[in-house]
Amino acid sequence: MRGRFGPFGGQYVPETLMGALQELEDAWHEAKADPQFQLELAGHRHAFVGRPTPLYAATRLGEHFGGAHIHLKREDLCHTGAHKLNNAVGQALLALRMGKTRVIAETGAGQHGVAVATVSARFGLDCVVYMGTEDMRRQSMNVRRMKLLGADVREVESGSKTLKDATSEAIRDWVTNVRDTHYIIGSVVGPHPYPELVRDLQRVIGDEAREQYLFADGKLPDAVVACVGGGSNAIGMFTAFLEDKDVMLVGVEAAGAGIKSGQHAASLVGGRPGVLHGAYSYLLQDGDGQVLPTHSISAGLDYPGVGPEHAFLRDSERVEYVAVTDKDAVGAFKLCTRLEGIMPALEPSHALHHAGVLAKQFGPGGRILVCLSGRGDKDMDSVESY
Amino acid sequence: MSRLEQAVRASGELKLIPYFMAGHPNPKKSLDVGKRLAATGVAALEIGVPHSDPLADGPVIQKAGQTALAHGMTVAACLELAGEVAKEGTPVVLMSYINPILAYDPRKFAAEAAQAGVAGVIVPDLPVEEAEPVAGWLRSAALDTVFMVAPTTSPARMAAICERSSGFVYCVTLTGITGARKELPQGLKQLVGEVRKHTGLPVAAGFGISRPDHMQTLRGVADAAVVGSAIVAEIDAGKDPSVLVKSLLKACR
Repeated sequence: MRGRFGPFGGQYVPETLMGALQELEDAWHEAKADPQFQLELAGHRHAFVGRPTPLYAATRLGEHFGGAHIHLKREDLCHTGAHKLNNAVGQALLALRMGKTRVIAETGAGQHGVAVATVSARFGLDCVVYMGTEDMRRQSMNVRRMKLLGADVREVESGSKTLKDATSEAIRDWVTNVRDTHYIIGSVVGPHPYPELVRDLQRVIGDEAREQYLFADGKLPDAVVACVGGGSNAIGMFTAFLEDKDVMLVGVEAAGAGIKSGQHAASLVGGRPGVLHGAYSYLLQDGDGQVLPTHSISAGLDYPGVGPEHAFLRDSERVEYVAVTDKDAVGAFKLCTRLEGIMPALEPSHALHHAGVLAKQFGPGGRILVCLSGRGDKDMDSVESY
Repeated sequence: MSRLEQAVRASGELKLIPYFMAGHPNPKKSLDVGKRLAATGVAALEIGVPHSDPLADGPVIQKAGQTALAHGMTVAACLELAGEVAKEGTPVVLMSYINPILAYDPRKFAAEAAQAGVAGVIVPDLPVEEAEPVAGWLRSAALDTVFMVAPTTSPARMAAICERSSGFVYCVTLTGITGARKELPQGLKQLVGEVRKHTGLPVAAGFGISRPDHMQTLRGVADAAVVGSAIVAEIDAGKDPSVLVKSLLKACR
């Protein structure tokens, strides 16, 4: 079915947006097939984003994990410090192609907001970023970056004051200004065609990593691990490996203070299907369909929903989803910083911790590829005060 | 012709459909609000089911929903309240986002709404492409399914929306979310005219409508006007909303 991954996905949005979603889908299919557009995108990826990003052998971390071979896909080395720019560049080009002069975005950790503010500066677009006041507090450095880049950062005071509410507010802005505005959604969430569009723009991560891994090692890894909030870096990483049946794929959600505590953000591990932000997918909700408040030390994973393709990959059992606590993520953050001289963001620190768990399961010589989706400077306050 | 369709069709005068949120400002008072509004002689009542993430709503209705949820309002309690209000004789339309309906079980929701005497259901985040099987279950329970048309709706979509609607077609007057506006948008008359090319159903205009002079503008254009945020704001301020509703009704004639 169009716009569905098994039963998941769809377009559960107000009628006002249906025309714009169709326009976006048409524009993306045209752009994808247009060699000129692809050439332009490749050029910006190379010179502006800094692709391809390296594949790095984290030997000291591997030793610490009992003799595993750990490789990191260095998305932290993308311009602006995270994989989010891959998507923002592509969607900004698409906005220009559609003749939209204004872009809006939601942000949690601020990395997507910074990416959109950055491409808006680069391409001369008006930019508004919605951010929950709770996230503005814990990611103040990114707020300052966005403002310096010329973005109008709007505080969101409703609900839990985090990513969920910022996303709702961005959608309300889009409903109001849909004629001249393109909504650059930051993850593989939202109504069709967004989950597909963002996956197409992020799959460069896995396409590069698979080739780099084969070149370096001559064969594919035993496991590929990535963190999952909405799930864009994970889908970007996994897509290239979906057909490689011998490669174990693991998505790592935020267990916060522990799944049993109820204070977490693990929608695939601890939720059930429902509709949020235009898509049918796994969701943290109460028995009455009201979306529950979430908790994670990592603002980028602090979201009650997840991309519909992940829901499908979970139910079809191609990808295994697990959850890692705040405590373990902070531990992995410190470990990677000290052993490798690489300060990871708290989001991929969840994946790094689980790589250690898998390394123990596999025993010495286990080969694990981790998506290091962003750098951790933004998280220093959160880690120090934990 | 359904009871709802009959009630909201203009007959020399514009019909009025006030909206209030079930459970706002608290469950007991909102039942009182419903009974008072029913007694004013309005054509129908729209009762909102609160949701944590109401994408189509502005700050006034968002806040009312949060208040209702904080008071423990549930889907079951909304159905009960709708039933009590429906007993007053005025047709009741429930407006709920899709997720509370899915969580409750759409078949159970349809059966219990029908049993409570509800006339129809509006789901603002359920475009026609996603409507089945839920809309089918609502229809099987003899509930009207009201779909929305927006200023951005293409003619092809408009035909599909009108075909699937019963009771009335809800014409969203503006490109935006709910909330009182000073002036009605330009092009409203053309939009309603476009809708009428595709359907013989009554057309109700909603979003942004709040003042008596809006009623006068809509007379002879739409069959009915839906007034939401302006009424919810009165309730939120602790006032009796039937005062505003009576002044709006006067302007409908």
